[in-house]
Amino acid sequence: MFNIVGHKKIWFTLSIILVGIAVVAIATFGFQESAELKGGTLWEFKIPGQALSLADVQNELTNNLHITDAQVSADAGNQSFLVIFGSISESVHQQYVNELTTEWPSFQELSFQSISPSVGANLRNNSIIAILLVLVGISLYIAFAFRKASRPISSWKYGWVTLLTLFHDVAIPAGMLAILGHFANVQINSDIIVALLVVMGFSVHDTIVVFDRIRENLLNHRGKVPFATIINDSVNQTLARSINTSLTLILVLLSLYFVGPADLRYFVLTLLVGVTTGIYSSIFIASPALVLVSPTENV
Amino acid sequence: MRRHPGLFLSLIVVLAIIAGIFVYPKGAGEKVEPWKLGLDLVGGSHLVYQIDLSNVSSTDQASVVQGLQTVIEKRVNLFGISEPNIYTSENGNQAQLFVDLAGISNVSQAIAEIGQTPLLEFEEVDTTGSSTQYVQTNLTGQYITGAQLTFDQTTNAPQVSVSFNKDGTQIFSEMTAANVGKPLAIFLDGQLIEAPVVQQQITGGQAVISGGFTVATAQTLVQGLNAGALPAPINLVSQQMISPTLGANSLKQLIIAGIIGTLLVMLFMIFYYRLLGVFAALALLIYIALTLGVFKAIAVTLSLAGLAGFVLTIGTAVDANVLIFERIKEEMKRGLPKSSAIEEGFRRAWPSIRDSNTSTIITSVILYFFTSSFVQGFALTLGIGTIVSLFSAITTTRLFLRFFLKDDKTTKV
Repeated sequence: MFNIVGHKKIWFTLSIILVGIAVVAIATFGFQESAELKGGTLWEFKIPGQALSLADVQNELTNNLHITDAQVSADAGNQSFLVIFGSISESVHQQYVNELTTEWPSFQELSFQSISPSVGANLRNNSIIAILLVLVGISLYIAFAFRKASRPISSWKYGWVTLLTLFHDVAIPAGMLAILGHFANVQINSDIIVALLVVMGFSVHDTIVVFDRIRENLLNHRGKVPFATIINDSVNQTLARSINTSLTLILVLLSLYFVGPADLRYFVLTLLVGVTTGIYSSIFIASPALVLVSPTENV
Repeated sequence: MRRHPGLFLSLIVVLAIIAGIFVYPKGAGEKVEPWKLGLDLVGGSHLVYQIDLSNVSSTDQASVVQGLQTVIEKRVNLFGISEPNIYTSENGNQAQLFVDLAGISNVSQAIAEIGQTPLLEFEEVDTTGSSTQYVQTNLTGQYITGAQLTFDQTTNAPQVSVSFNKDGTQIFSEMTAANVGKPLAIFLDGQLIEAPVVQQQITGGQAVISGGFTVATAQTLVQGLNAGALPAPINLVSQQMISPTLGANSLKQLIIAGIIGTLLVMLFMIFYYRLLGVFAALALLIYIALTLGVFKAIAVTLSLAGLAGFVLTIGTAVDANVLIFERIKEEMKRGLPKSSAIEEGFRRAWPSIRDSNTSTIITSVILYFFTSSFVQGFALTLGIGTIVSLFSAITTTRLFLRFFLKDDKTTKV
């Protein structure tokens, strides 16, 4: 039996530091929004048979095509290049294709995406609404599902604690994305927003498992055992299942990360970090937090 | 099901085998109904047009958007693209038209074709006061069934005669009746081309446009109108193109990752839960076959994100099993005989299974209603997967356990 509740100050301090770093990173660096969210062009092409460096392509785009804001990145393995710049019309796109084909006859377009800022703004607003709705929806559901476990703490507090852990589990991967965005130019697109939403759905799984056990133990031992002890027992009794349910998901995520398509890399990474954070928060944050908000904390 | 676990189990296994054959990519199921794969997996283009509804009264918006969709469909079909997917979304005063073209390489030509679709409008002319005002009417290109090049009998000048469909004939008849002796303006792509004075009510559903055409310009307009004329202006605001090679590569990698992930989960369950784990692993295979069967049967278009969502559910499908097995172990430790421990395990694990899966379903529903096509696919597969996994983890596994695990002292759980 681990005394998890007794050492709650350590866990809270660790989480406050991590969430603090995440919030500061988001506040100072912000997110690198992809073309999908802020409007712009995302262009992927390859030029087989030419030993081209990043600088060659950058040079061609800036000097011959006069794209002043082009950011080029390359995947050295198959010589494919990814360029990000402002949104352009179809005729300009065709003109670029023609010019590059003239310059490099083996030029091959892999993907092209050009999105006007208005479409991006719409997607961004919808994403923010969706994130808020998920936060509220899940918390309300928990408050409802635990309505019978109202003593010694009201079921609303289960909802509030769930909201806190959801925020915790989203803030940490989001902070990581802000840091990656600043230092490695990783961009937020709709996939990543979906990943953050799914993290909320999944991270709450483990929290519910522990809460469910607390609900059951409270019904059986109410009044006989101190609340903090019931919580600590519940966490210990459900430790294996909290870890195992997330571990199966992590196994799938790892195989997606290493073998799956490169396009999904940051989507999967966000989920991996979020789900791992979720295991931690369900064991070390959610249940000790219940003790903290209970009126009979002095046990 | 309690009395005859063997019978129900055989039914589920047979159903899963049928589903397995049905969904196997190169198997017989492909002839019954082929898989529908998204553009990001087969390659193709996703075009988004903003529909300008600023001159359309709010009551007519739905019909204009509908008419626009029909016209673009007609146009893209003429272009010979197999199964274009054209749909619209309306959001207050904003409406968008989406055109999904699978697997074609000459997208720029398709975009140009769509862009050349003429916008034809008939407007009433209000000459009261000093200035001339044009008043938007309901009559637009969407009501035109055909056009042909004719020549004026006296001047021999080229002109374009258009025929309206039933609704168009009705509107045109009312409009001409109301405007006898007054001019009626005809706009093409926002330009006034002529404003002839209405001599009498026209009930035959035919109109002649003679606005100083050359034979060539009249010919172009006739072709354009025959291919369909737009009821409202549209503007390309977003396009996405994915080459077929990139799409095929993503699909292959995703399938391999899915298979490896499944094997890892199965191995983990068997390693950790032994005999119980074997049943969970079998139930997982049944889950995969059944879920893919549902996707194919209700014709879900699987995109990269959608398939990724399904692969994620493979990782969560056994969650319920973990909760149940842990509970069974606990009940057995308390001294219950195996069969009662199993029943207790299922019964007592249920509230946490229900509550945790509900949160995923809440997430999928919100995602589905607040996002557009690509993300919607993900939300749909995640939602369906979660629901089928409840069935698989609870019903299928329970039948396995009831059938194979009896209360003798030799089998060890």
